[in-house]
Amino acid sequence: MTGGNSFAGPSGGAIIAALKQARVEFVAAVPDIVTSAGLLWPLSRDPAFRLVRLCKEDEGVSICAGLAFADRRAVLLMQQTGFLDSLNSIRAIAVEYAQPICMLIGLQGKEPDRLPTASERYGVRIIEPIMEAMGIDHMNIEGTADIAALIPAIDRAYAQSRPLAALIGRTVEQ
Amino acid sequence: MMRRDHCLQQLVRHRRDDDIVVATYQAAFDWMRLAPHPLNYLSIGAMGQASSHALGLALGLPDRRVIVLDGDGSLLMNLGSLVTIAGAAPRNLFHFVCDNRCYEANGSHPLPAADRVDFAALACAAGIPHVASFDQVDALAAELPKLLALEGPVLVALKVVPGDPSPQDYAFLHGEETRRRFKAALHGAL
Repeated sequence: MTGGNSFAGPSGGAIIAALKQARVEFVAAVPDIVTSAGLLWPLSRDPAFRLVRLCKEDEGVSICAGLAFADRRAVLLMQQTGFLDSLNSIRAIAVEYAQPICMLIGLQGKEPDRLPTASERYGVRIIEPIMEAMGIDHMNIEGTADIAALIPAIDRAYAQSRPLAALIGRTVEQ
Repeated sequence: MMRRDHCLQQLVRHRRDDDIVVATYQAAFDWMRLAPHPLNYLSIGAMGQASSHALGLALGLPDRRVIVLDGDGSLLMNLGSLVTIAGAAPRNLFHFVCDNRCYEANGSHPLPAADRVDFAALACAAGIPHVASFDQVDALAAELPKLLALEGPVLVALKVVPGDPSPQDYAFLHGEETRRRFKAALHGAL
């Protein structure tokens, strides 16, 4: 949490620092309003990352898989709608092929004072149960204090060659 | 019109030992018969994704050529990847589309607009800088060395019909051992 606002979103700078510490070099992204100003725009200007702008999110699943074979770390940044749209690729490539596809997913429409499963939005509250059904490791990033766990989670995804989803539940702050 | 296996035989002649070949569906089965190699990347997972796997490999391994053997139906399922590839502009990506106007793996039903769709024109419109199209093997054979020497991305549409049948070994395509061998070969462990 930051300042006096108990529902403040996570710091984009802290997420970027965590990605660097986790040795992420590539970001494949479709813009999402939850992460746009605080994360994607700053990432696009940071020379430490190669940003691959996508037309559709499932491209990013395969791009991250190709990069993983090349021993280059990447994250796929998208909205939960893109996750839902990409389920077949995630099912096949990330889960059945056991590839370290690391997804940062903005939960557009989630209420800041609720966890995703308690959201009144159907399209938000189904996300974690879907991940559990698919066996995808997932974590919530609601505030800046949650970001530190992202580094070992990415390390674990690559060490164990399995997918990871970090659900960003509040608008990322600049 | 060309036989697909005759086209692929032309490509076999130009494959370098360190080239990565990403192949999908019928082109993958033909390629496995004609040019088995541990650097064949065959685990595409989901229809349409060959070009995107190839883009990841091309960005991650900029010193190697990455050759994609795609299908037309497959490319239509991921048509935006042409725009993404044009934007990322990998110099080492060579995309061959086997244009047979049908979903051959799923009963040979025709593509939508099978009598009109133009894959070379789609690639041009997407911003791919080098695009070619062939319906004669001799012309393909003559141009291939020049096409493979270009700074990519390059897209080549091959107007094909099936050739000799190839074994359809889906278990090999999707098997864990295939991916393990690819990764080991990529990193010099084979």
